[in-house]
Amino acid sequence: MAELTYAPDRWASAPAEPVIELEGVTKTYRTGTVEFQALRGVDLRIGVGEYVAIMGPSGSGKSTLMNLLGCLDTLTTGTYRLAGEDVGELDEIDLAEIRNRRIGFVFQQFNLLPSLPAWRNVELPLVYGHVPAAERRRRALEALDRVGLADRARNRPGELSGGQQQRVAVARALVGEPALVLADEPTGNLDSVSTADVLSLLDDLHTAGSTIVLITHEADVARRAERVVRVMDGLIQSDEVIR
Amino acid sequence: MTWLETLRTGWHAVRSHALRSTLTVLGILIGIAAVILTVGLGLGTQQDVSKQISSLGSNLLIVRPGSSTSAEGIRGGFGSRTTLTRADADALASKTNAPDVAGVAAEKSTSTEIDAGSTNWTTTVVGTTTSWLDVRGRTVAQGRFLTAADETSRANVIVLGPETAKELFGTTFVTGQTVTISGTDFQVVGVLKPEGSSGDNDLDDTAIVPMSTAANQLVGGSDRNAVSTIYLQAASTDQLAAADAEATTLLLNLHGITDSSSADFTISSQDALVSTATSVYKTLTILLTGIAALSLLVGGIGVMNIMLVSVTERTREIGLRKALGAPPWAIRRQFLVEASVLGLTGGLLGAVVGVVAAKALPSALGSSVVVSGVAVGGSVVIAIAIGLVFGVYPATRAARLAPIDALRAE
Repeated sequence: MAELTYAPDRWASAPAEPVIELEGVTKTYRTGTVEFQALRGVDLRIGVGEYVAIMGPSGSGKSTLMNLLGCLDTLTTGTYRLAGEDVGELDEIDLAEIRNRRIGFVFQQFNLLPSLPAWRNVELPLVYGHVPAAERRRRALEALDRVGLADRARNRPGELSGGQQQRVAVARALVGEPALVLADEPTGNLDSVSTADVLSLLDDLHTAGSTIVLITHEADVARRAERVVRVMDGLIQSDEVIR
Repeated sequence: MTWLETLRTGWHAVRSHALRSTLTVLGILIGIAAVILTVGLGLGTQQDVSKQISSLGSNLLIVRPGSSTSAEGIRGGFGSRTTLTRADADALASKTNAPDVAGVAAEKSTSTEIDAGSTNWTTTVVGTTTSWLDVRGRTVAQGRFLTAADETSRANVIVLGPETAKELFGTTFVTGQTVTISGTDFQVVGVLKPEGSSGDNDLDDTAIVPMSTAANQLVGGSDRNAVSTIYLQAASTDQLAAADAEATTLLLNLHGITDSSSADFTISSQDALVSTATSVYKTLTILLTGIAALSLLVGGIGVMNIMLVSVTERTREIGLRKALGAPPWAIRRQFLVEASVLGLTGGLLGAVVGVVAAKALPSALGSSVVVSGVAVGGSVVIAIAIGLVFGVYPATRAARLAPIDALRAE
């Protein structure tokens, strides 16, 4: 597992030590005889400790890119190296393991299991990572503490506010110490107070050294990142460092 | 994820939908309870019947008079004519004539009233000889049985069945008492040990007198020497068929009949009765178990149905678990375990209901139910298997869901 080292001069050193390396990636969806090319040749390198926002309107290929980055889907052509590992050739079981060890997901819909208390939700990635029960519990409580919800560990998602639920989801994303935190519209379902809450949490994670890729269509949210990648019609339209 | 954790997750999922899990479990429960009950009832009835039949005595052949077969093939007059005599019984007892017949007991029976003081009781009075006790496999609880001396002297002695003794005297300690049959006094010399009933025949409600006494004083009729039944005991089960053949040949000769199809007697064996009854009950048991198995099948389809609902309902959960790193086999295992938890719960509860019903039913129905450990254990295993088998399709469907599609599901 890649070490999440704190690097003040992140952007300058990023290309030398990439977490994500996409080369000539295309993705074609087939529905019967109709073909649709969602990605038409994407090159992208994201270095350790970077905080990148991927922006684009609906239908731009942004979601497809997010699915590929999250190893939730396979690419049609090109190569994808995640923390140095070529994931293009992997089968479903290996991909599951990659997701488990390398990626922490934060979804728009939170996707917490309503019947489980917060800490049980947080420990889920460790369950599939074969971590012993006692250590899982300790690390889950630690992660909840990091997102400021140590006192809500025993509450079920239904007893938490939207912002709190998303913070539980963030805790779940970082409990496995992944190389990459992938946040897909994490504030899409939140009010402005909770949005600020979650975004500042992501800022903290970034400061602490996590590599974060944030998918959003809101410019306000994207501004929190230090680099913005714009996707349009299946291609990268612009890629700029804003901070 | 360890097995224990998977099991806990499965149990948790089952419990979080209490009502529909209960209804699903109910389907399995009824099926399993029905299987245990029907198998138990079948075994119990079989046991009852063989016990009843074997209580007649062991390795027994029963010769009854008066069977004739008409030209149309209709057999008539079974037991209604007096074609068997004491001479027949004596001939059958001969070792040279019928070497495989170990014991012979002729019965001359009639239903008549016995008086003891002011009490009277109508029962079957049987005139027979000393060998009756051995051939019928009975023992005397008190006093003695008939002796050869009683037979030759036409003694007015009587051995009572325990039921008869109780009806007449209110107790079975009646040796030395006197009873009256048709105005003749009989001295009670012994009381039989209780044996139970054989079908409609109460083996404990009877009275035994010497054959000679019965022939001369009680039964009379057209032929004093006529007997109603001759019991033959073969030396062993293997010799039963030989004894049957010897007795048939001998009786045909004695009665001057050349064509065995027009024999004026019928020999039936206890084993034939047992095997007929057993096969009847076996068929019944198979039929009932088949119906119970059908209800199990329906229960299994219920499990499959509810698991499919569960998979559809939890598509997002499946997607999330996959995104967090659950491989397909882990998802499949989770749903399989959940289905077998349903099966196991239904099986265990069904076993409890089945066993309780099996304990309660005999007093209500009057027939015994044998609860075999194999049937109970087997049913529980079958219940788990049903959960597994009917869980395979839903679990496979869950495992095959693509994580992105599953996550996007509403």
